Amino acid sequence: MSVRTLPLLFLNLGGEMLYILDQRLRAQNIPGDKARKVLNDIISTMFNRKFMEELFKPQELYSKKALRTVYDRLAHASIMRLNQASMDKLYDLMTMAFKYQVLLCPRPKDVLLVTFNHLDAIKGFIQDSPTILHQVDETFQQLTEIYGGLSAGEFQLIRQTLLIFFQDLHIRVSIFLKDKVQNSNGRFVLPVSGPLPWGTKVPGLVRTFNNKGEEVRKVEFKHGGSYVAAPKEGSFELYGDRVLKLGTNMYSVNRPMETHMSGASENLAAQTQESIAPNPLAKEELNLLARLIGGMEIKKPSGPEPGFRLNLFTTDEEEETSRRTKSWLGSWGSLRSWTSQGGVPARAMICLP
Amino acid sequence: MFRRERSIPLRGSAAALCNNLSVLQLPVRNLTHFGVVHGPSAQLLSAAPEGVPLAQRQLQAKEGAGVSPPLITQVHWCVLPFRVLLVLTSHRGIQMYESDGSVMVYWHALDAGDASLVQAVFARGIAASGHFICVGMWSGRVLVFDIPAKGPNIVLSEELAGHQTPITDIATEPAQGQDCVADMVTADDSGLLCVWQSGPEFKLLTRIPGFGVPCPSVQLWQGTVAAGYGNGQVRLYEASTGTLHVQIDAHARAICALDLAPELLSAAEDTFVHIWQLSRSPEGGYIEVEHCHGECVPDTQVCGARFCDPSGSSFAVTGYDLAEILRFSSM
Repeated sequence: MSVRTLPLLFLNLGGEMLYILDQRLRAQNIPGDKARKVLNDIISTMFNRKFMEELFKPQELYSKKALRTVYDRLAHASIMRLNQASMDKLYDLMTMAFKYQVLLCPRPKDVLLVTFNHLDAIKGFIQDSPTILHQVDETFQQLTEIYGGLSAGEFQLIRQTLLIFFQDLHIRVSIFLKDKVQNSNGRFVLPVSGPLPWGTKVPGLVRTFNNKGEEVRKVEFKHGGSYVAAPKEGSFELYGDRVLKLGTNMYSVNRPMETHMSGASENLAAQTQESIAPNPLAKEELNLLARLIGGMEIKKPSGPEPGFRLNLFTTDEEEETSRRTKSWLGSWGSLRSWTSQGGVPARAMICLP
Repeated sequence: MFRRERSIPLRGSAAALCNNLSVLQLPVRNLTHFGVVHGPSAQLLSAAPEGVPLAQRQLQAKEGAGVSPPLITQVHWCVLPFRVLLVLTSHRGIQMYESDGSVMVYWHALDAGDASLVQAVFARGIAASGHFICVGMWSGRVLVFDIPAKGPNIVLSEELAGHQTPITDIATEPAQGQDCVADMVTADDSGLLCVWQSGPEFKLLTRIPGFGVPCPSVQLWQGTVAAGYGNGQVRLYEASTGTLHVQIDAHARAICALDLAPELLSAAEDTFVHIWQLSRSPEGGYIEVEHCHGECVPDTQVCGARFCDPSGSSFAVTGYDLAEILRFSSM
């Protein structure tokens, strides 16, 4: 499929990861300066020039397993630590969020606007660090250079490539279920109303022309939806109104979300998700990965700075249920979180099959 | 009015491609064959009239070199004068099988020679024209294969140059007689349509330019080209002259499939399938279109749709991530 897909996949998934980590850091009352450092470290690793160079080379998409390894490394590019269960949940949330965004993009080209939404938000996280800001802006330039000139057909191929990557993933996400953008069977809701893609007219008109090109007949028909023309096109400039909301932070502070345990006892066999258990990767894939990760500069936690553990679950009970349901992943370390058991409600959680 | 009939389960979900459903009607044997692309594999199945699945087979894309297995772009039955062949196009090449998929009779590997590093290399767009099978390429070229009445002695007879961007779809119909010799139309990612006359050497008759959006699906009926576009429009042109006769603002998202039965069927990523009646006006002789029926397939990004019988009284639909073929028939 398209060999231009990996940068978009990586940056958007990375953006979602940062939204979730930011929300969890706040939920667990991690001190502001520590939280900022975590995000700064991860973002500067993500946008490291050498890493970006490798990422932007035309190449096929990695397998889900390989890509997961990249995010495992990235998530640990700071003093923060995630146990296996939390990392699994983080990855599931990231993946389903971006799948949703790709599926609902009005035009294939709008996936670029989704990417810019993520980058705009990332810049918000690192406002105080001019060096990292500059790195992000450089990535922006690169995106514009490479994708700015692509045709609608090439974007359609990119979209198809991304959708094939996300095929058969139906993990239910509580925030999506609550907002009614996902059905209880895990499929996303595709609305038949709302703004149309830029360049598409409101369906419902049949126009007939004669041999001279003159319109001789105009008939309306009932198309079944309830659409309106798009108000304006989103901006592809460095700064601008993207218009599209997909790719903006859905975990932002103002959204009230309650915690609840969903039925985690559904049949695991019903989910056809490819196993992400540690399995030997194909040799060629391993080589590609090594080159990519080689460009990452992972900071080792320095002496006096204590590492801390971030938990994506609110209670041990939740985490225990998740562990039992996903017991095929193998044995894990301690489930006890190192952070304070503050009882702050989680703002997002996954319903596990 | 159409009603929903019993669905046919698939082993694997349908991939988010265009024209992702091929139907071979075998009324004599009271059977219908369906072909759907899952990703690196395609599924063929045959069903009885009520949709009862009878047999199924999975075909894989050949030559799995590289980081990931090669993906199939399209599967399509080609009905030729003396035989039916099943053609599978992928990112590695073109595979041709006997119609039940049991035996591969021909393999053509893609030559990625001219492709730049940033171009995806694949074959896509399949149609039968007389005793030829035409297959489109990422480069815009269309390969013409000469198919013998039986056996594997298939020969690449011609390479047609008319397009500069990847081919999306090809449609053919038997030549209509003296007034209209156009019997093949090819479409590409830029929206350009090329109208051809088949023969020992294919001849380019007309070019119908695009307008900035891809044309993922095209059909040909009685000298009229029906084209579905990425902006949800369906346009009908006179094949021999390229004159635009009808423009329909049909869908809210990109069109993914068209079929002609003699009704026109359009399906798009907006979850809708529409059926249109085509006729020729008595005075001007030009094409008239009337909307007959609209069907919403809730929460499904449709990726393939075909009529299941010659009169157009039933049709089947596939959707991205959906592991079943949905069926509808008129009441």
